[in-house]
Amino acid sequence: MLQMVLRRIGMMILIMLVVALLLFLINEGDPRLIARSVLGPYAQAEQLDAWIAKNGYDRSLFIRYFEWIGRVLTGDLGQSIIYKRPVSEIFWSRLGNTGILAGVTFVIMVIVALVLGVLAGMREGSLLDRTISVFSIATTSVPEYASAVILAGLFVFHLQWLPGTSSMTSGFDPVQLILPVLVLTLYGFGYIARMTRASMAEVMTTHYIRTAILKGLPYKRIIMKHALRNALIAPFTVIMLQINWLLSGVVVTEFAFGYKGFGALLLEAALRRDIFVIEACGIAAVFVAVLTQTVGDLGYTYLNPRIRFK
Amino acid sequence: MADQNDAPVLEISDLRLSYYTRMGEVPAVMDFSLTIAKGESVGLVGESGCGKSTVANGIMRYMGNNGGIVGGTIKFKGRDMAEMSEEEVRQLRGKDIAMIYQEPMASLNPSMTIGNQLMEVPIEHESISEQEAHDRVFEMLEAVHIPDPKRLMDSFPHQISGGQQQRVVIAMALLSKPALLLLDEPTTALDVTVEAGIVELIAELSREAGTSLLYISHNLGLMLEVCDRISVMYSGEVVEEGHIDSIFEWPKHPYTHGLFGCIPLPHADKNARPLVAIPGQLPLPHERPTGCYFGPRCGFFEAGRCDGNSIPITEVDTDDDPAHRVRCLRWNEIDHEAALPEADTRPPIEIGETVLEVADMKKYYEVSDNSLAAMISGATAKEVKANESISFRAAEGETVAIVGESGCGKSTFAKVLMGLEQATEGEVRLSGTDIGGIAVRERTPEQLASLQMVFQNPNDTLNPSLSVGAQIGRVIKRFGIESDPGKIQQRVFELLDTVKLPREFARRKPRQLSGGQKQRIGIARAFAGNPKTVIADEPISALDVSVAAAVTELLMDIQRENRTTLLFISHDLSAVRYLADRVVVMYLGQIMERGQTDEVFSPPYHPYTEALLSAVPIADPQVQKRRIVLEGNLPSPLDPPKGCPFSTRCPRRIGAICDDEVPPLQIAADRHVIACHISMDELREVEPVISLSKPETTAA
Amino acid sequence: MTDSQPEAIPQPDSLFVKGIKSIALLKESPVGMFGGFIVLMFVILAIFAPILAPFDPNSPILPFAYPGDRAPDGRMFLLGTDHIGRDILSRIIWGGQRVLFYATAATLSAYVVGIIMGLSAGYFRGWIDEVLSFFANVILSFPIMVLYVMIIAKVGASGANIVFAVVFASSPGIMRIVRGVTLDIATRDYIAAAQTRGEGPWYIMLVEILPNARGPLIVDFCLRMGYTTITIGALGFLGLGLPPPDPDWGGMITETRAFVTGGFPHMAILPAFAVSLLVLGFNLLADGLREVSMRD
Repeated sequence: MLQMVLRRIGMMILIMLVVALLLFLINEGDPRLIARSVLGPYAQAEQLDAWIAKNGYDRSLFIRYFEWIGRVLTGDLGQSIIYKRPVSEIFWSRLGNTGILAGVTFVIMVIVALVLGVLAGMREGSLLDRTISVFSIATTSVPEYASAVILAGLFVFHLQWLPGTSSMTSGFDPVQLILPVLVLTLYGFGYIARMTRASMAEVMTTHYIRTAILKGLPYKRIIMKHALRNALIAPFTVIMLQINWLLSGVVVTEFAFGYKGFGALLLEAALRRDIFVIEACGIAAVFVAVLTQTVGDLGYTYLNPRIRFK
Repeated sequence: MADQNDAPVLEISDLRLSYYTRMGEVPAVMDFSLTIAKGESVGLVGESGCGKSTVANGIMRYMGNNGGIVGGTIKFKGRDMAEMSEEEVRQLRGKDIAMIYQEPMASLNPSMTIGNQLMEVPIEHESISEQEAHDRVFEMLEAVHIPDPKRLMDSFPHQISGGQQQRVVIAMALLSKPALLLLDEPTTALDVTVEAGIVELIAELSREAGTSLLYISHNLGLMLEVCDRISVMYSGEVVEEGHIDSIFEWPKHPYTHGLFGCIPLPHADKNARPLVAIPGQLPLPHERPTGCYFGPRCGFFEAGRCDGNSIPITEVDTDDDPAHRVRCLRWNEIDHEAALPEADTRPPIEIGETVLEVADMKKYYEVSDNSLAAMISGATAKEVKANESISFRAAEGETVAIVGESGCGKSTFAKVLMGLEQATEGEVRLSGTDIGGIAVRERTPEQLASLQMVFQNPNDTLNPSLSVGAQIGRVIKRFGIESDPGKIQQRVFELLDTVKLPREFARRKPRQLSGGQKQRIGIARAFAGNPKTVIADEPISALDVSVAAAVTELLMDIQRENRTTLLFISHDLSAVRYLADRVVVMYLGQIMERGQTDEVFSPPYHPYTEALLSAVPIADPQVQKRRIVLEGNLPSPLDPPKGCPFSTRCPRRIGAICDDEVPPLQIAADRHVIACHISMDELREVEPVISLSKPETTAA
Repeated sequence: MTDSQPEAIPQPDSLFVKGIKSIALLKESPVGMFGGFIVLMFVILAIFAPILAPFDPNSPILPFAYPGDRAPDGRMFLLGTDHIGRDILSRIIWGGQRVLFYATAATLSAYVVGIIMGLSAGYFRGWIDEVLSFFANVILSFPIMVLYVMIIAKVGASGANIVFAVVFASSPGIMRIVRGVTLDIATRDYIAAAQTRGEGPWYIMLVEILPNARGPLIVDFCLRMGYTTITIGALGFLGLGLPPPDPDWGGMITETRAFVTGGFPHMAILPAFAVSLLVLGFNLLADGLREVSMRD
């Protein structure tokens, strides 16, 4: 077990290093492009060369890569080209905002999905099962940008219940969080719900559930003691992977509602070639994704006695 | 009320069970009646799809979403179960009626400790305290002979062996001292030597508690050992029932009689008394013929009579068994003894030159050991000795059987021969060339063609996406037998003729074939390149008895015709005795004994061979066996005993020498070799395990 | 003597009968049929876009028209017009054509790459598997939209680049599925049979393994078509999509979403419905196919 944890963490570090290398190559592979984005489109070739020499970009990629890793690890994320400020000054608050949005969404989404999934999978083929299944397919078919305008049309324009943007300009306002969370939850819960349903339905057909029934146990005990534990092992990994998807949705949703999170920052940086911001956002996103994936894998092995006690 | 105690434990009359499918209602069991008295053991025997497991589910009132009880009554201790409420039925389950299933691993909850799974039975049914339940479980586990119950209760199912899992399932079933125990193929998934122990345990415990048993199995030999009465089922109906002796001595129904003809009993002989398969196959439930369901396959079918109204079950009054009943209109007219000589004898094959010679072949695998301890010590790779010093010869036209239980290395050996794995050491000479180290990709087409294989699992042996003709044709083309498409087609047709399948099968996909037909195609494919040697890896173990007999006979006919060397890998000693000329007995990767078939099957034996012979149930009441039940389980191949691999379970272990030293090869006769520390003289003194004699009494 | 004549086993089907049968099978899943119908409708709209679209999708005619309003020449804007006066129905029809074209091209290309990687990893195993699986792990570690934004920001927004980005981002996922199925099928006896008659690895992978993997792959293909449709829309929505002025559903939403709260919700909501409907079609079709394939 301990060894599995160590190996998984080693794998995580390796993946982070390779991802960082990819990010670095994409963004800083060509020094002239960096100089161009820092100095602007009207800079002369000599100015670019001078900038490259001055900032040490004429050294080999390899050295610059490790230097950059070192800086990132010590919290120096470089200078934003657009904001003319250190990236870390903007970045962390943006990441915090995203953390609130994603965190609230995650909790609501997982609860809704597990409850619906278990209810549907308990009696496969029942009316409840079919209803939940079709409903979750339907919501999964509406991407965030579509539900954003549809729900805005309904709640903002027609019913006038909710604000249309979530920029939080006058302080943090939970009401502004409702639409973004709703949009993300609607699109995201279906997948977990369907996985939970499938897992639950499969468990209900296993021989050990038959054993439990033929032991004469009451239905409630069969579900609670025998089925749930086994049925929730597989969705656990899916739930942790879902955080990765949630970060994707965050980019779109933050853009749609003007929410000042890291996704909107990344998008703005990408469109305006603010390379150090892109790098910071990329590293952060992948770190969160890889970390949750690792937790998911380790949790799976912990929950599953077949692997835990080999 | 008073007569409740006198009422039989189970009384089923005219039970009808159906499944509802897209094609409508499919009757699975019809007109089924059965009575089980207290302490009685009744068997339900039949081939797959005959409805025997459905009966058990019906008794438990557990028919799933798509099944239901359509008619008849099931009375438990005189009470009609249909009149019970759901709650009453639930209280009955696990307490008064318990069930043991085929797959012990699948029957246990993987994420609950064994102790908790067992304890909840008495806690639920008898509302006793945890501590009482714990003690009760502990005692029960001791009763099923589990060595360390304390530790086992804290274990999860995957941490214990298959044999122990089945003991746990038995313990679970018997915890509340049920009046009736249903056993659905309880030992089918286990190795024979483990099976023998489980069978004995069930008999012992049920005798003590006076439990009634309903045994469900396809294995007639097992039935003979464990049942007082049996019912033979065919296509949803009981075709014959009665006391075990009358069924085995005087079977009246042509199907029952046919089944016995399909089983390789000790008196069967591949040349003098070959098996007689039942032609045709079980009709699908919605395609049952009118009248007698067995009619189309019956040699005594009489048009206009057997295909008329449905056939009632009638009493057989020619013997002194009042329970003997048969569902056949002509049972009194058929003289099975007179009909017997129809099976034709065959000339024995002449054994030719040596074709295959295996000399001191070893196959070791490296298994990486990822434990921290291993990492620290640097020994991260463990060696698994899958095959250790395998030596034997096989000649042209000869059938050599390799026998052993799971994990004995017989399949690894086949892989090395086929070139899918390479030998670690030693030689495998095929027609003089050493091929042990040549991977399959480096073998010449001739070498490939001269050594082909018939596989075990009929559902796996053919590619589901390709037509049968394409799959056979590809072999013909690859081996350069023919290259012209027309000629290939012709050759495919000839091969289909050889395996006795219609030519239009060439266009079929595997899913349109039955299991036996798939195995025939597998045989056709193996013989397409005119191989010198064919390895058959458990070719009939997945088939029903009647189908297996047909496939066995076919395989041997083709072998006879082509003078092929046949390596028959099997765990089934009965089949091996029937068809092999020579036998190699393996245990944990090593050869324990090898020699001519009759030499291996009579003393001197290796103690393992002896135990194996004793463990195999034989469906012949005239056979008497010496009982040898092995203790313990097969050791893990990862961690085999240092000396003799059998030393941990050997009932005749003579001392520390068995644990520490590799046993010497002792020559019992020319080419009959036994690897054992016990002296040859002592081995010779052993009585035969199996003797053919009239038993005085049959009741145990 | 041992001859066993089969009772009744269905005859093999011709290709035509097979096609009919698989459609008939889908009939048993009404939900799947409905999904197939939606997808088919969009495909027909795409193929016959020049005939079916009532207006030129890019010419401004009458700004801010509601559904049902009429053009100066008397023709009706069934779904209204956008803020610069382009007919929304025509733009949805033409936009659907582009989405379907690029989604199909991208998904098919991703499948070619993913299948080759997955077969190699699953069949050869060893270091090939380790390298390919590690590569897949790296790519799949990215939140996918973050990856798309960075790729498109780097290489620029164009149809070809969207195809490239989708192949890059989704082939590892396909590879994982193919690898899993291959690992399973490679243990079957018929693969051993092919090996023991000396077949080469690519013959075994392509002829013996791949056709047997088609069940899960077809289901996944439908799901992935839906997901690629979403992605193309999302890129358009973020301003990284197919270049204007040609209609693109995501782009239509983003251009007009400011008017949702200003009294013209149909401009953005209608293309949003179009995306959702097409994705729903793919998802329902996949679900129906899965249900039907599990029955056999």
